[in-house]
Amino acid sequence: MTFEEIKKILQHKIVGIAGAGGLGSNCAVALARVGTGTLIIADFDVVSENNLNRQYFFYDQIGKSKADALKENIQMINPSVTVIPHNICLTKENIPVLFRDCDVIVEALDRADQKEMLIETVLTEFPEKPLVIGLGMAGWGKNDTIHCRKVDNMFICGDEVSEIASDLPPIAPKVGIVANMQANVVLEILLKI
Amino acid sequence: MKINLNNNPETIEGNSITVNHLLQLKNFTFKMLIIKINGTLVQKGAYETTAIHDGDEVSVLHLISGG
Repeated sequence: MTFEEIKKILQHKIVGIAGAGGLGSNCAVALARVGTGTLIIADFDVVSENNLNRQYFFYDQIGKSKADALKENIQMINPSVTVIPHNICLTKENIPVLFRDCDVIVEALDRADQKEMLIETVLTEFPEKPLVIGLGMAGWGKNDTIHCRKVDNMFICGDEVSEIASDLPPIAPKVGIVANMQANVVLEILLKI
Repeated sequence: MKINLNNNPETIEGNSITVNHLLQLKNFTFKMLIIKINGTLVQKGAYETTAIHDGDEVSVLHLISGG
C-alpha cells in the first residue's frame, strides 16, 4: 500500500483517545501524522511542567487544558485532521456517548482504577469495538519486555509489569514506545481490508 | 476439569469453580482486574456467582497504573 492509499483509507476513520497524557498525546500525534480523519480526545487535566518529560506539549502550554493543547499541536502538524477535544473526566455514563462512532478506542488513562472503568464500560457497551490499551510503561530500558498481545477485540501494549512509582517514573522513551505501539496497532486494525 | 487460563492449559479439581475461587486458587491478589470467560466480560459484582466450566477460555488481566 502506498502512503497515498493509506491516507485515503484513514481520512474516513474515527479514533477515540481516552486520556491525553504520556500515552494519549504521543499516540494521537502519530495517528495525526499519518492522516487519521478524526480524533476524539478526552482528558480532564491541564498541562503541568512535570508532564513535559514525556507528553507532547510545550513549555508555553503549561496551565492549558490537555485536550485543547493537543488539538493545537496536532493542527500545526497536520491541519487536515479533525480533532474533537473534550475537557472532561471520563465516566461510565459519558464514555458510550463520546466514543460511540469511533472505529477504534485507545485507552491511555493513568490510574489503574480509571483503566478498569473504561475497559469494563467499552467491553459492556461495545463488545465488538477494537480497544487498544497501554499497560506497563514506567522506567527505562528493558526494550525486550515490551510487547503487544490480543485478547478477543482487546489489544494490550506494554510490559504489563512496570507500574509507576516515585522511583520508577514514566519518562519519554518507554512511554513513547508504548504510545507508538498503540498507534501502530490502531493502523493495523484500520488498514485491514 | 481442564480450562485455558491466559492461554495456558490448567487442570482444576471438580466440574466447576467460581471466578472468586479461581482467583484465590491462583493467588491473583490484584484489586484491578478485567476477567473474561469465552470472550465475555464478567462484571465486578458477579465474581462470586459466575462459574467456570470444563473447556472454558478464561483471561485475567491485571491493571497497573501508568499512562
